[in-house]
Amino acid sequence: MKNYLLFVVFPYVAIALEVVVSLWRYIFRRHEFTSLSSEFLESKKLFWGSVPWHYGILAVLLGHLIGLLFPREVLLWNSVPIRLLILEVTGLTFGLMALVGIVLLIARRISDPRIRQVTSKVDVLVLAVLLVQVASGVAVAIGYRWGSSWYASALVPYLRGLFTFNPNVEFIAGMPTLVKVHVFTAFLIVAILPFTRLIHFLVVPVSYLWRSYQIVVWNYDRKKIRRASN
Amino acid sequence: MDVRAQVSVVFHLDKCIGCHTCSIACKNVWTDRKGAEYMWWNNVETKPGTGYPTAWENQEDYKGGWVKKGNSIELKGAGKLRAFKNIFHNPNLPTIDDYYEPWTYRYEDLFNSPEGDTQPVARPVSLLTGKFMEIKAGPNWDDDLSGSPDYARKDPNFKNLSQAEQEALFQVEKLVMFYLPRICNHCLNPACLAACPSGAIYKRGEDGVVLINQKKCRAWRMCVTACPYKKTYYNWSTGKSEKCILCYPRLETGQAPACMHSCVGRIRYLGMMLYDADLIHQFASADESKLLDLSREIILDPRDPKVIEEARKNGIHDSVIEYAQRSPVYRFVKEWGLALPLHPEYRTLPMLFYVPPLLPIMGMSEEGVYESLTEGLFTDIEQARLPIQYLASLFTAGNEGQIREVLKKMMAVRLYRREETVGDLGAEAVQKALKETGTSREQAEAIYRLTSLANFEERFVIPPSHREEAIVMLDTEFEKKGTGGFGFRMAVGRGL
Repeated sequence: MKNYLLFVVFPYVAIALEVVVSLWRYIFRRHEFTSLSSEFLESKKLFWGSVPWHYGILAVLLGHLIGLLFPREVLLWNSVPIRLLILEVTGLTFGLMALVGIVLLIARRISDPRIRQVTSKVDVLVLAVLLVQVASGVAVAIGYRWGSSWYASALVPYLRGLFTFNPNVEFIAGMPTLVKVHVFTAFLIVAILPFTRLIHFLVVPVSYLWRSYQIVVWNYDRKKIRRASN
Repeated sequence: MDVRAQVSVVFHLDKCIGCHTCSIACKNVWTDRKGAEYMWWNNVETKPGTGYPTAWENQEDYKGGWVKKGNSIELKGAGKLRAFKNIFHNPNLPTIDDYYEPWTYRYEDLFNSPEGDTQPVARPVSLLTGKFMEIKAGPNWDDDLSGSPDYARKDPNFKNLSQAEQEALFQVEKLVMFYLPRICNHCLNPACLAACPSGAIYKRGEDGVVLINQKKCRAWRMCVTACPYKKTYYNWSTGKSEKCILCYPRLETGQAPACMHSCVGRIRYLGMMLYDADLIHQFASADESKLLDLSREIILDPRDPKVIEEARKNGIHDSVIEYAQRSPVYRFVKEWGLALPLHPEYRTLPMLFYVPPLLPIMGMSEEGVYESLTEGLFTDIEQARLPIQYLASLFTAGNEGQIREVLKKMMAVRLYRREETVGDLGAEAVQKALKETGTSREQAEAIYRLTSLANFEERFVIPPSHREEAIVMLDTEFEKKGTGGFGFRMAVGRGL
């Protein structure tokens, strides 16, 4: 029952919160969608925290996504030991990068008096949850080898069950506690994401790549007028 | 031809007394808020000096503006690929220490301190951390400090001056300075806008004011890097960038912007200009030597029937065209060629123009003796205390000839007026000076009048903004009939 609440009910609640609150916030409180950068107050320490953190966590997330989408291919890749080793070392490197990054970012938040002024309680929560998530992920990767293989064969069916509305708690019930912590915190992040500064993740400005450099906004329909006069 | 209207500005530096009233007016209206304390949308700098933020003109450090690449241009420190490369940490972003740490004083201590042997003092308190602090820099920290080793000598505009020329400027007898008030230039080719990953910055079609949409800004901070004039500011508290809005709520109601309205020296002029938007990219990509000429050429003659016809095609209201014809800015920039853009080499096509300072007229210092009786005291530009090359580095991308042209014309007007009021120079000499600069007597009179006598209505020629017609163009007016006027999100209905 406890497993069912934590790993079936809670994920759905988390995803629902994520979708509904993000949309609500985007529609009615759009000015709150910002990365709340603090680089303007402190730049040097931010570099050593932010850069490894972001590249590390993005690579790790991408790895999890690939495992989720193509579990068979991952298992096939891992069937040759040297390839498995390459994958595991790469994943662990990025995981450690993210861990170092988040630790440095937390240290920066605590030690710099200017940064403390722009740190809210929610920011503390975000940092704590992220630290737990990354630390548990790295611990799982080191303690329960080989993660990329058993993730694809044992955890992916659970996740796929969730996403196809056919949840099966059996896949997760027998997992070690550390893995359970990692999975639960993942959905916790999904749940709190729309309430925190993490929403900047949803508004990555990709459209910048194809928009024209200059933007002019008219307070009247200029095209209509040009058409009429030509 | 794509004719658009631009509200543009002239600052007459000969008239600026450096009183900072403009800065205070702006601060009180717009930036007296948390996170904005350090911002001065309008600031006044002493030149030679490092300015605000410190040494902002040094683009090797700040990486602002555009640079020429082949037949086109690209942003120096930002841009599409760089935005994503630097999205997690922008190495080209100035930090608050490049401006200054804002502070207030513990005034209440003056009243609440217990009785003691010493006078209580109001200690400075940081507006960032709330802790006691030692003030190390301020918004106009180099005010009147020309010649000082820490400020004037670090002015990036000295790069083309020889060591001897620089040293001469720093001798007490030869010290020279003038004031440079700066607001956002509301450029035709704004670098801040081009650098914004969120697309939050935009130029208003109807009057060219550059604004930041606070709902779209996501604090990627690329605009701060990209603006070579450092006139976009990051609000560290709200996580949004902000900039001078040219007091558009005032403009729309026919009032001059606060900084201009309050200007004690009456140095500021504001008016409409028409320009050809089709030429922006081509002109901004031209060779550096042509940039100044082209930034004047892009402005169109509002009396030209062809221009008027094209302007109407774009929906520019007749009254705007009429006001453009009366614009004092057009006269200074185009008709007389007296007003120059600040640092045209940044390629943003700024729409704020400066009449360079003719003052201080020179008094030569020969071997330490200050001498003010030379014949050329009022006439000799070549002997000016401020090297022509210094002004050229500010206003003409290094071209001394163009600065000389402007100064000679101003000098001719001065001689003309001296002949009118004192009459000691002789009509012939005045005629010669006017002829040399291609100035007619009527023109000299007009320059004198607009420079010295212009009243409020002549300095600020602000057309009606016609927002009522804009609404008619976007919707049918009948749709608005019978509604509450609060917009579609808040329909007026019976309460709960």
